Formats: sequence, C-alpha cells, structure tokens
Amino acid sequence: MTKNGRYLWAGVALIAVTLLLLPFALSQAGTAWVRIANIALLYVLLALGLNIVVGFAGLLDLGYVAFYAVGAYAYALLASPHFGLHLPFWVVLPIGAAVAALFGVMLGAPTLKLRGDYLAIVTLGFGEIVRIFLNNLSQPVNITRGPQGITGIDPVRIGDIDFSRSDSVLGVVLSGPMKYYYLLLAVMLAIVLVNVRLQNSRIGRAWEAIREDEVAARAMGIDTTAMKLLAFAMGASFGGVAGGMFAAIQGFISPESFVLVESVMVVSMVVLGGMGNIAGVILGAVLLAFVPEILRWTVEPAQHALFGRMLIEPEVIRMLIFGLALVLVMLFRPAGLLPSAVRKRELEQDRAP
Amino acid sequence: MDIFVQQLINGLTLGAVYAIVALGYTMVYGIIQLINFAHGEVVMIGAMVAFTVINALAAAGLPPLAVVLIGAGCAIPVCMLVGYAMERMAYRPLRLAPRLAPLITAIGVSIILQHLAMLVWSRNVLAFPQIIPITTYSFFGAIITGVQLTILGLCFAMMAGLALLVYRTRLGTAMRATAQNPLVARLMGVDVNRVIAATFIIGAALGAVAGVMVGTYYGVAQYTMGSVLGLKAFAAAVLGGIGNIPGAMVGGLLLGVVEALGAGYIGDLTDLCRYGLGPAASCADGGHFVLFGSNYQDVFAFVVLILVLVFRPSGLLGERVGDRA
Repeated sequence: MTKNGRYLWAGVALIAVTLLLLPFALSQAGTAWVRIANIALLYVLLALGLNIVVGFAGLLDLGYVAFYAVGAYAYALLASPHFGLHLPFWVVLPIGAAVAALFGVMLGAPTLKLRGDYLAIVTLGFGEIVRIFLNNLSQPVNITRGPQGITGIDPVRIGDIDFSRSDSVLGVVLSGPMKYYYLLLAVMLAIVLVNVRLQNSRIGRAWEAIREDEVAARAMGIDTTAMKLLAFAMGASFGGVAGGMFAAIQGFISPESFVLVESVMVVSMVVLGGMGNIAGVILGAVLLAFVPEILRWTVEPAQHALFGRMLIEPEVIRMLIFGLALVLVMLFRPAGLLPSAVRKRELEQDRAP
Repeated sequence: MDIFVQQLINGLTLGAVYAIVALGYTMVYGIIQLINFAHGEVVMIGAMVAFTVINALAAAGLPPLAVVLIGAGCAIPVCMLVGYAMERMAYRPLRLAPRLAPLITAIGVSIILQHLAMLVWSRNVLAFPQIIPITTYSFFGAIITGVQLTILGLCFAMMAGLALLVYRTRLGTAMRATAQNPLVARLMGVDVNRVIAATFIIGAALGAVAGVMVGTYYGVAQYTMGSVLGLKAFAAAVLGGIGNIPGAMVGGLLLGVVEALGAGYIGDLTDLCRYGLGPAASCADGGHFVLFGSNYQDVFAFVVLILVLVFRPSGLLGERVGDRA
C-alpha cells in the first residue's frame, strides 16, 4: 500500500468514526440537534438522487420535490390510520420508490426527446401540479386529506425494533431520532454506493457523454432518450425513498412540505457542492441544510441586538443565500465547491498548451 | 351560451396578457436560446411598483386613467433596468458556457428578485384602490367591462407596435439577424451585445405593462404572483412555437381561452352523475359527484404544454428546427 493509500484509509476511518459517534455528541447539545442532523441526511439523500439527473446526465429537474412528495404520500397512504393500512416499512419503501420512478417515466417520456431546457420548465410545472393535486384530492373521494395532510403515519419498525421509541443496546441508551440517524446513514451509504458504481459503469459513462454533447453521444450509438429516461427514473426513485423516510420520521405530511422552494433548495445543494461529484454534493447538502439553523443562531440575535426587532426574516435571508449561491457559483466556480474529477481534468487540459 | 361567451371574453382578456408576457420569453429565446426564468418576476416587479405608485396617488384626485398611466410609467423604467441588469450580470458572462449554466443562474435570479420584492413590499397583498368606476357593456348576452376592453385594446396595440419594431426598423432587422446567426450578424456589423441587451429591455418593458394589466384585472398584486404567471406565459410561448413572435401572440390568446373554458366547464364535464356513473348516494336529488372542480384551473396550462411537446414540439406556428449543439 502506498503512503497516499494509507492516508486515504485513515481519512475514511476517521470520517466513519465521526459519523458513528456524531449523534452521541449532538444529543449532548439536545435531541433537537439529532433531528436537525436527520433532516440534513434526508437532504443528502435527495441531493444524491438529483445528482444522478442533474450531475450525471445534465438534465435540469426543477420539480424534484414532486417525487419526494410521491414517495412520502405512498408511504403515508399505505402505513397510516387514514385507510387503515399498516404495511411494513420494507414493503412500503420499495413501493414508494417504484411509484416515484413511474411518475418520473410518465413525465420524462414526452419531454426527454426534446432539448434540456424544456425539461426544466416542464418539471417546474409538474412539481406545482403534484402539489395542486395533493391539495385537492380530498374531493369527491378523500384520498390525500387535502391541505390537512395525513397524520399518525407509522414509524419504521424492523423486527422488534420500533424506531420511534428509546431503546438501550448493551447499556447504551439510543433515542428514537438517534436510531433514525443510523437508519438514514445506512440508506445514505447504500445510495452513495449505487451512485459510485453507476458513475463508473457503462451507463454512467453514457450519461456523461450525453451531458457533454448529446449529438455526439447519439452519433456514438448511445440511445440518448432511453439513457435520459433511465437517469430520470432512477433519480425519481431515490427521491421516493427519501420521501418515504421523511413520512416515517415526521409521522405527519401535508402538501406544505412539498413546495417549489424545496426543489430549488436541492438544486442549489447539487450546484453548490459540485454537479456530478458525490462528495461535493454531500458537502453542498450538509452546508445548505444547516443554513437555517446557522441563521437562527446568528442573524436573529444579531438583529434583535442591533435594531431591537426582526427586520429581515431568516427565511428571506435563506432564500437570498440560495439564489446568490446559484448565480455566484455558476459565474465564478461553475464546477462547484468540490469539482468532479472529470471537470477538473477538462479544465487542466484546457490550460495545457 | 351566455356562459360560453362570457368565458370566451374572460379568456381572451387574460390570454392577451399571457401573450404580452410570452413575447418576453419568446424574444429572448429566439435570440440566445435561453429560457429567461426570471421574466415572470419582472412582471411581478412591474405590478408591485405600479401598485405602490397608484396607491400613493389614489387620494390625489387625479383622473383614474392618469393615475394608472403614471403607475405604469414608473414601472416600465424600473423593469427595463432590472431586465438590463440581469442580462448584464447573470447571463452575458455565461454566453459561451454550457447550456445548463445560464439556466441555473436564471433560477437564481428569479429567487433573488422574488425575495428582494418580499423585503421591499412584505408578504402582504397589495390591493388596487377603488378608483376606476366599473363600466360594463353588454355583448352577445355576456358582460364585458371597461377594464377588459382597455386591456384587450392595449395588448393588441402593443403587439402591433412590437411587430412594427421587429419587422420594420433597423433594430428589428438586427434582432432577426442575430437570432438567425449571431456570428454572421456580428460580421455584418451588428453590435450583438447591444441587440441582446435591447431584447431583454423591450421584453421587460412589455412585462411591466403586462404586470400592471394583470394586477388591475385581478385587483391584487403579491410578490409570489410572478412564478405561475411566468409558467403559463412560457406554456403560451411554446404553444405558439418558441422563438416565434406571432406564435407567442396566438399561443397566449389560445391558452387564455382554453384555461377560461376549461375552468368553466371541467366541473360539469367530470361530474360522474351526468353519465350515471356516480355513487347513488351522492347523485340522488340532482346531486353531484365532481371529479375535478375549477380549483384545477392552474393545471390546464401545464397539460397544454405537455400535449404540445408530445404532438407538435415546434408549436403551432414554429418551424421544426434541429438541435444546435
């Protein structure tokens, strides 16, 4: 093993230990922080799913939250008192992923033959439409309970372990959110693994070719429509998984959780971190997921101290930060904070004489 | 029949406004193949600025038309400035970048504009003051208001003006040349950067007027009004054939009519009791079992967009163009 390889493994081990011990450290500060970490992990799941669509295949999806919503509602309808169905977690989650993928195909099939920018606006509209349907499908047959949302969604249960309660394992007390943290971490690792394997596969290279030059990719014999559809469906199914997890963790969902802002937030995470680079996307998701918390701890007290009242709502500052991040990253660091290896290689080649 | 004519009038009025907004999308797309996501926000800013001025002048005792004109007169330069600024700062530096880049900055600009507007005007809805006396005319059994007539007249006047500008002036010729081939246009002595900036500015000015009109029509304006309006106008532009100026006009009018008729009739058409399919309990005594009510109005533009993309991606008046990679 080379010296570099040893450093790499030491780094991985360090990160692994940190990730495993993080919830214990966070719970010292309060269970709320573990919940925040869980939300951040959910965003990482979403960002990794969207990264397949935007980062790998270069398709801008502005309605990604629709698939998140589909997964969440699939879970909520199949595991809550609303219809009296209580299917187990490991049955519902794949169903949610499959339904989300189906929606992805339905939306992608007519639009993916066309140029990428149509897709952006069609997905934007699709996100809004899904929300309109969720809001109105309480009439004449009550399917979604409309704006009231669905309550009392079953928590995740695997065997005898109920993820909503505290347990003690080998004398260590694990609270509900902490257990969810480890579950989310496991799901995230699985999705990272899928992402990494995809990236270096024949499919991943086809996506890359499409992203760089669609006409050339087609000339090389890649079935561009099928490949784009695959990316879209796969990204959608990951969104569905994240949605199912969200429904289980929160126990309550309503159309309010699936607004356009959420889509924009996930796009910002992918763009800021570095489109196509898995580590970058994770970094972007974690950074932006903590922005609201950071603002709560800095901007709010600062405004109270300076002006005696709140002049600018943190929510607005958050959105302005997202908007500025999108513009500034594209202008000054188009490959993101952590550029993908391919992009870096290209930039270096450009510089070489 | 009365309802049909009434919805037709309402649809045409709204459609004329969509057409004016769609022109902003289509002109920019025609020249640099960019979907200017932030155009809807420009329309919103136009409405907000105009409403602020109109509310300030409402008590001054000026004639209502003058007040609205002053409002629009203030909104237009503000929007032109916004349009120019975003072209200069967010799009021009990325003109040679991959397509995804300006699309992403466009979304960023749209978010920034929307939330800056929220900072300036707060979350509250701005109401249009009651200064315009409601005049109504009867038309084939339906009612058309003075505001509707004014909007329709103004929209057609602006469309005619734009057509003159694009097809009869030097700037218009330069715009069409740039749209065909920017490189050759530059070789022919066209200042391409100036032409593109001019396109954004003209589109923004049209958007400002559209904002004033749609605000006056509904009587309210809010910082969130831009995104759905923008989406619909884009659908209108695609329906007519994106990049095609007459197409945007036709597409806008058509979309407005489809939306109004759709919203007017969807409740009746999806009432399962009409077809004897509804559950007996709800259909008894002339009851209804409506699958989709008029609260699905916003869905129509999107359905139209999808249908056009599936069956005629080049739009009604557009020519089929290949990918310009």
